[in-house]
Amino acid sequence: MAGQIFAAIDVGSFELEMGIYEMSGKSGIRKLDHIRHVIALGRDTYNNGKISYEMVEELCQVLGDFTKIMKSYGAEEYRAYATSAMREAKNSQIVLEQIRLRTGLTVRIISNSEQRFVGYKSIAAADEEFDVNIRQGTAILDVGFGSMQISLFDKNLLISTMNLPLGVLRLRGTLSALNTAVDRTEEIIGEMVEGELETYKKMYLKDREIKHLIGIGESILYLFRHENGGKPLNQVSREQFDQLYSRLFKMNPAQIEEQFAVSREYASLLLPAAVIYKKFMDLTGAEMIWVPGIRLCDGIAAEYAAEKKFIKFKHNFDNDIISTSRNMAKRYKCLASHTETVENFALQLFDSMKKYHGMGTKERLLLQIAAILHECGKFVSVRNANECAYRLIMATEIIGLSHLEREIVANVVRYNIRDFEYDMIRLEAEELSGQGKNGGQTDVRILIAKLTALLRQANSMDRSHKGKLKGCRMTVKDGRLVIVSDYPGDISLEASSFEQKASFFEEIFGIRPVLKKKKSR
Amino acid sequence: MADTELDFMSPKHYVNRELSWLEFDHRVLSEARDRSTPLFDRLKFLSITASNLDEFFMVRVASLKDMVHAGYRKTDIAGMTAEQQLAKISERTHELVALQYSTYNRSLLPALEAAGVHLIERYEDLSAEDGAFVDRYFKEEVYPVLTPMAVDSSRPFPLVRNKTLNIAALLKKKEGGGELEFAMVQVPSVLPRLVLLPRTSAEKEQRIILLEEVIERNIQQLFLNYDVVTSHPFRIMRNADFSLDEEEAVDLLEEIEKQLKKRQWGEVIRLEIEEKADKRLLKILKRELSIGEQDIYDIPGALDLTFFMKLYGLPGYDHLKTPPHRPQPVPALMNDDDIFTNIRKGDILLMHPYETFDPVVDFVRTAAKDPDVLAIKQTLYRVSGNSPIIAALAAAAENGKQVSVLVELKARFDEENNIIWARKLEKAGCHVIYGLVGLKTHSKITLVVRREEDGIRRYVHLGTGNYNDSTAKLYTDCGILTCHPLIGEDATAVFNMLSGYSEPLNWNLLSVAPLWLRNQFLRLIRRETKFARAGKPASITAKMNSLCDKEIIAALYEASCAGVKIRLVVRGICCLKAGIPGLSEHIEVRSIVGEFLEHARIFIFENDGSEEIYMGSADWMPRNLDRRVEILFPVLEEPLKERIRQYMELELEDNLKAHVLQPDGTYEKPDRRGKVPVNSQEALCRLAEEAARAERKKWEPRENGRVFIPVGSAPEMSKE
Repeated sequence: MAGQIFAAIDVGSFELEMGIYEMSGKSGIRKLDHIRHVIALGRDTYNNGKISYEMVEELCQVLGDFTKIMKSYGAEEYRAYATSAMREAKNSQIVLEQIRLRTGLTVRIISNSEQRFVGYKSIAAADEEFDVNIRQGTAILDVGFGSMQISLFDKNLLISTMNLPLGVLRLRGTLSALNTAVDRTEEIIGEMVEGELETYKKMYLKDREIKHLIGIGESILYLFRHENGGKPLNQVSREQFDQLYSRLFKMNPAQIEEQFAVSREYASLLLPAAVIYKKFMDLTGAEMIWVPGIRLCDGIAAEYAAEKKFIKFKHNFDNDIISTSRNMAKRYKCLASHTETVENFALQLFDSMKKYHGMGTKERLLLQIAAILHECGKFVSVRNANECAYRLIMATEIIGLSHLEREIVANVVRYNIRDFEYDMIRLEAEELSGQGKNGGQTDVRILIAKLTALLRQANSMDRSHKGKLKGCRMTVKDGRLVIVSDYPGDISLEASSFEQKASFFEEIFGIRPVLKKKKSR
Repeated sequence: MADTELDFMSPKHYVNRELSWLEFDHRVLSEARDRSTPLFDRLKFLSITASNLDEFFMVRVASLKDMVHAGYRKTDIAGMTAEQQLAKISERTHELVALQYSTYNRSLLPALEAAGVHLIERYEDLSAEDGAFVDRYFKEEVYPVLTPMAVDSSRPFPLVRNKTLNIAALLKKKEGGGELEFAMVQVPSVLPRLVLLPRTSAEKEQRIILLEEVIERNIQQLFLNYDVVTSHPFRIMRNADFSLDEEEAVDLLEEIEKQLKKRQWGEVIRLEIEEKADKRLLKILKRELSIGEQDIYDIPGALDLTFFMKLYGLPGYDHLKTPPHRPQPVPALMNDDDIFTNIRKGDILLMHPYETFDPVVDFVRTAAKDPDVLAIKQTLYRVSGNSPIIAALAAAAENGKQVSVLVELKARFDEENNIIWARKLEKAGCHVIYGLVGLKTHSKITLVVRREEDGIRRYVHLGTGNYNDSTAKLYTDCGILTCHPLIGEDATAVFNMLSGYSEPLNWNLLSVAPLWLRNQFLRLIRRETKFARAGKPASITAKMNSLCDKEIIAALYEASCAGVKIRLVVRGICCLKAGIPGLSEHIEVRSIVGEFLEHARIFIFENDGSEEIYMGSADWMPRNLDRRVEILFPVLEEPLKERIRQYMELELEDNLKAHVLQPDGTYEKPDRRGKVPVNSQEALCRLAEEAARAERKKWEPRENGRVFIPVGSAPEMSKE
């Protein structure tokens, strides 16, 4: 059987890209074609906040051509993601609508954290050794035009991920505003980078040892594209990097253009990129950079292939999401034992009720994250914990979650300790406004309600923060969810709290939860 | 190190390209002069030298003239200014023309006579009978299309059109004497130049007279009130085409465009006129056409020798021509499998015209019909009039395939033709790209994307020559058919670039001009230099049409000095000096001018024992490396490499049609004493015939076989 043909489209800030892939269970993912068209959507958005009419015109035309190419390969499925430039443009909804009308393509805006997450998936798909590589301290550095993302892995788990305003274009812009002499370029960029990285180090790097870097994004790719005797160099040692670095700063723009085979425009972006990597290596003492040469399109394809079971990741990405959430909870000093207990109850409730709530693994993950983070607001204010938690969650990137998913988590936490209002839930995610009328919104509200009911119930079961009900058993019988605990002592606090929340639970699921104490023999 | 490199770049080590081109035309002429060449082939070669020269003047000399007018002072590769070049060109061209006509008068006309073809040079020599025929022909056919033009105070000097043949005359009023007046008439190009005189069935001889003689004989009738004092045919070449040559620098082009706007029509850059023309007539022409002495060519014979091509085409003289070679079938395709199945068995090498061009047509045609083919992409540069490839592409689009075609409109002299069939393709539903801004697309590549059992597979044809089924019978070119996945990926990337998308992040096996090819060649040459310096055997064997890129030549000089053995087969222009001690003693250059036009580009690098062979569309010329889209592709499979090696060795052994470049810049035929005569083109024809015969034999039932031979494996089922 011939494989399935899949098209991945990346509506990026400076380029439109499409990858055509062939997928089959037998041979995994094979890239057939890769098309790039330079279009500076980012320039419009970052300067004017909007994408101009001319740009939309060009965008639609190129995307229209993309659909023809898709057809020429007989592509059956596609995913089109838009990133920062579209995300930040005020008129993005209109632009997406235009694209839909004129090309038939539905483009989805993905959040920064989703975008990075897709990137990691492609690294994992590209490299068998991904899991081995990240066993030791590893940082993924994704240096983009407007910002960079640093993600730390340790013992196979994602520890933290942070977006810093250190993009090559941004740095170059600042530099030219300073109007400095050319020979001071290195020094000044260095200072700018150091300033940002120092803070980062204090917050996140304290006791971590980073041995390896994984460099993604275009600039690092271009730097080492010909370093292996005209072919790309994938594993760059510290020594090799330093050699290239000192060579680079001896060249004039024309030489850079020639040597690295990039346009003049791009040549001036390689310097800031090299400085960022160098400073980060200095800071961490990393010995090696791995340049897998993957792109967002590859990630989109990997994500799709994994969903359709054409490939199987060795690395468990859900664990990354959970571990970053845990780290966030830790940062806001949530009580670990209580959090863990609630998390377990919530999942236990979720699993017992499976038949009745009809939700799947993604929702289970959201519930788990909400449970992990449900106390984080107290770090700021105990009285107003729910609002604070909402804001903290909304302000923190949780890798792998879309904006909407993050909002769901934030709302679930928010309504955990306040009355639920069906019609008052704040939702700002763009994904929703595109879909017909309020259908999407209603669905999301119901989902939030369900998860809130589960979380509330779970939370009530550890009202005393003492883990009394640990090891309880749950069964649904005759329209009732019976929870039996064999805790020998007093559970009246839990019981009364449980009873309070039970009405909302029943309201949502039509099943009444009942807490019973196992009769002692 | 830096010093020596500087030295390699010194102009004294280079030959001016125009003069080198004139050397090439000399070599073609020497084929016309070669008594061992069949008579009618000699006519053909002479005709080619004439049409070559016309094009040379229109494009190259015109450009140089423009440089002079624009005051452009930059010197060429050999350090010559435009003026110096023009002076030298005039000198060499006069020599060439003298040689052309001595060949014409002393060898070819007598030989034709002996073969029973009598070309009557002067109408005065016509017999009474023939004269009567000619006069009737004039009255009925010629006279109605003539437009005689006289010059006097009320009528200005007429515009003489570029490249046309005209007759100029001096007239005198019949009554009352007075001044001599100038008049002229164009020899109509709508009528055949050769007028065949009637012969009885018994007669074997064919008498022929040229159209201008027929007109001259009757010129009196055009100017009834005058006496024709004298009349002579003449022909001019103008710098009027505005066909600015792409070779020149952009700044120059802009300068010239400014200059051209000031001028009404192109200046006359060459005047050919019958020898011993009337001084008074010549004076008027010189004045009116404002042409200098060095640009006037006195012609001792008929003007515009391209009419010999028509003579070559006359039926009944096959015994005086080289018997035509029938392009042979390609052994790898001589079976019942379809072309895709055959390509999957291994890469297929095609050598035209020794082998037929049909597989290339078949490739596109099969793809057009095959239900599994998704897309066809192709670059087209010069295509034949009624091209089966165009038809197949159109059919493919109608069959719902995605068809993308890049049509190069800038192909010199072919623009109009190209536009017509490009429109045709568009109508059929093909996606047509009309070239790239500022670049000519010269690469020859076809990509077929096919959906197969085990996934998408790409089939690619890469060639050194155009997708033109008629020239494929005359030009020697090579091509490969392959489904190598890495070449397929690169081919896709090439078409993405041609469609205006960004360059790919990496190339696998192909090298593409204008961005990467020059460096690739320099890298390959310098790698040999490095090996030679390390005391390892190192060599370069290459074949191309022209060699005039300074950087490449300097790299070759450097390689030669390091001890790299360099053997080149360069058909046309060669700005490199060969065999000069201390500079190029290890470089050998030869040129083959034969029945077929040598056109393939092959590059072999020894690479310390793991030899690399490349073929492509690019010559070692600045225009190919910097201003065109060209593709260089490797030949990867050993059996194919072996055949190319054999091909090159044969050409290097050629001692009949080859000329060897001497240290003094002249070309000489190699010394044949004690050697077996080798005509490489003929030998390659024989090889192709033998290979086809051997393959055919394999499939024939065995003679007298009394044992049946069962077919071992199931034949692959055809899809249709």
